[in-house]
Amino acid sequence: MAAQETATERLSRLLTMVPWLMNRQGVDIAEAARELGVTQDQIVEDLQLLFVCGTPGHYPDDLIEASWEGGVVHVGNADEIARPLRLGRDEALALIVALRALAATPGIAAQDAIERALAKLEEAAGAEGRAAAQVSVSLEVGETEQQRLEQIREALAGPRRIHIRHYNPTRDETTERDVDPMRVVSLEGRWYLEGWCHRARDVRMFRLDRIEELEVLEQDGTPPSGVSPRATGTSAFRASPGDVLVELELAPSAAWIAENFPMESVARRDDGSLRVSLLAADPAWVRRLVWRLGGQATVVSPAELAAETRDGAAQALQSYRVH
Amino acid sequence: MARPSPAAVKTERLLNLVIALLYTRQPMSKSRIRTAVPQYAASSDEAFDRMFERDKDELRELGIPLRTEVIDPLFTDETGYRIDRREYALPEISFEPDELAVIGVASRAWSQASLAGPAAQALRKLEASGLTRDTRSVAGVEPLLHTREPAFDAVRDAVLSRREVTFSYRRGAAGETTERHLQPWALTSWHGRWYLTGHDLDRDAPRVFRLDRMEGPVRATGRPGTYDVPAEHDPRAMITTATGEDGDTSARVALRTGTGHQLRRRGTLLEERGPNGWDVIELRVGSLWPLIEEIAGHGPDAIALAPADLVSGVRRALESVLAAHGGKVR
Repeated sequence: MAAQETATERLSRLLTMVPWLMNRQGVDIAEAARELGVTQDQIVEDLQLLFVCGTPGHYPDDLIEASWEGGVVHVGNADEIARPLRLGRDEALALIVALRALAATPGIAAQDAIERALAKLEEAAGAEGRAAAQVSVSLEVGETEQQRLEQIREALAGPRRIHIRHYNPTRDETTERDVDPMRVVSLEGRWYLEGWCHRARDVRMFRLDRIEELEVLEQDGTPPSGVSPRATGTSAFRASPGDVLVELELAPSAAWIAENFPMESVARRDDGSLRVSLLAADPAWVRRLVWRLGGQATVVSPAELAAETRDGAAQALQSYRVH
Repeated sequence: MARPSPAAVKTERLLNLVIALLYTRQPMSKSRIRTAVPQYAASSDEAFDRMFERDKDELRELGIPLRTEVIDPLFTDETGYRIDRREYALPEISFEPDELAVIGVASRAWSQASLAGPAAQALRKLEASGLTRDTRSVAGVEPLLHTREPAFDAVRDAVLSRREVTFSYRRGAAGETTERHLQPWALTSWHGRWYLTGHDLDRDAPRVFRLDRMEGPVRATGRPGTYDVPAEHDPRAMITTATGEDGDTSARVALRTGTGHQLRRRGTLLEERGPNGWDVIELRVGSLWPLIEEIAGHGPDAIALAPADLVSGVRRALESVLAAHGGKVR
């Protein structure tokens, strides 16, 4: 981060960091680094910069006091910048838009805290916050999902183990599993349960609208120690070692695919058509994408996937002769 | 200590300037500023002028309310500069621990998106007073918002500053691209996708655009704030109509048991486990085109039943897939 940070970005960060540290005199440098989202070396560099700055005159008494002796941080003599700068446009926007989305989502607890936080934030942000009205996010929650959300929150509070009956459309099968819940995540308009699955003996994600039955059990639901939720990248279908490398041929009208999904390689021809490759955790997803594109995309490899795509289309067309 | 980098020298200069302008009660003249900030004092007249002009702009861009005021109206009309502390500082608001907890959830919602930096910075500002979060009430609930679409930042800027934009837009998954001119009204995420609504200047009518179908750069062409967003604008209603939800046309689809959850959620179940174990769903749609793509995307798990245009559209799409993969279209 430090490598690309511009002088003004660093200034902005320092103006937030100084009040944060002044209200936590003697904070451990490791904790400060973690909470401020920077490395310990960066904190030291920042403190070194701070103590050569100060009010006009720049005599020793005018300068900011900053020390990190023994790994504990002290900052003082910085009255002018002891309060953080008011929220900028994007800062107010990010918090207000997300809070409004939460406030409109049934099944999430703390509605009262959300409303209070939102009211205070809107007041603090003033004009910068009013523009946020033009940006909104809707975190869809269907009736079943809402019920599941409430049940899982109850289980998380225990923590208690849950038993689910889950439908997997890719395999077209329904399975029963015991899960120690870790969190519920909303990703790209859908809600998922993430937890330790006793059947798979691994961390798994389950779409809430595909959980046909859910029961909160009496058993303790603490996941095994050392197990943590997976880092969620830009998609629930992020790359992992078991992924399949898929090669697609895209007509110029389907070139947008290359810009909307993470690609391993992209080769563009003069006529605007593309040969791309991507890693797919779930080949079913690729089939659906290609069917949807109606001939604008062709699976080149793996051969089995191309055959499945072709056979699926043939089977679908067959249905029209039956019906 | 190693010699500080040019970027570090600039940060020092800007920080000293901010402190000096917050410290002063009277507006400071340029010449006083030059002596008050050591990094200015060492430079030539011309270099100082250039540097100071740029620094002022950059501080304002950060949102620092740097004022230009007449120093002493009785004597001269010389202008000076200062930063009003009350205008500068975040108002003193005390948040309860449970309020900070939900703000924490809101901030982390952007952790994978282009607003991640501002969202984290905002949380630190609000937590500066030293309060801690009480996360018990919202533990385990994590909405994650995404802004994968390359057009997101440019569109957001245009919406917030109410500036006309020009972009090329692809109609349908396999459609042509055309250049569009728009007065943006609102940016909305719906079913996990970002949409821009606004007044289409070419069609002279309100229109909806998907951000993932904008190609290349979105260029702001107008000046900020030159039009108003209609007070009655309801982006969600426009999006549901445009995406084919809640329209006037009735469509029927047969779905294999346990598939097509999205379609089921939007439609009504007419027949459960009908012939060959298929469920029949009825949907109200505004336009057939998005539904054709959606049904084709389900491959052998969905069959379009009515109207006839829907059936022929899906069949055409699947026949093209079959032909593209070397299959024989009968």
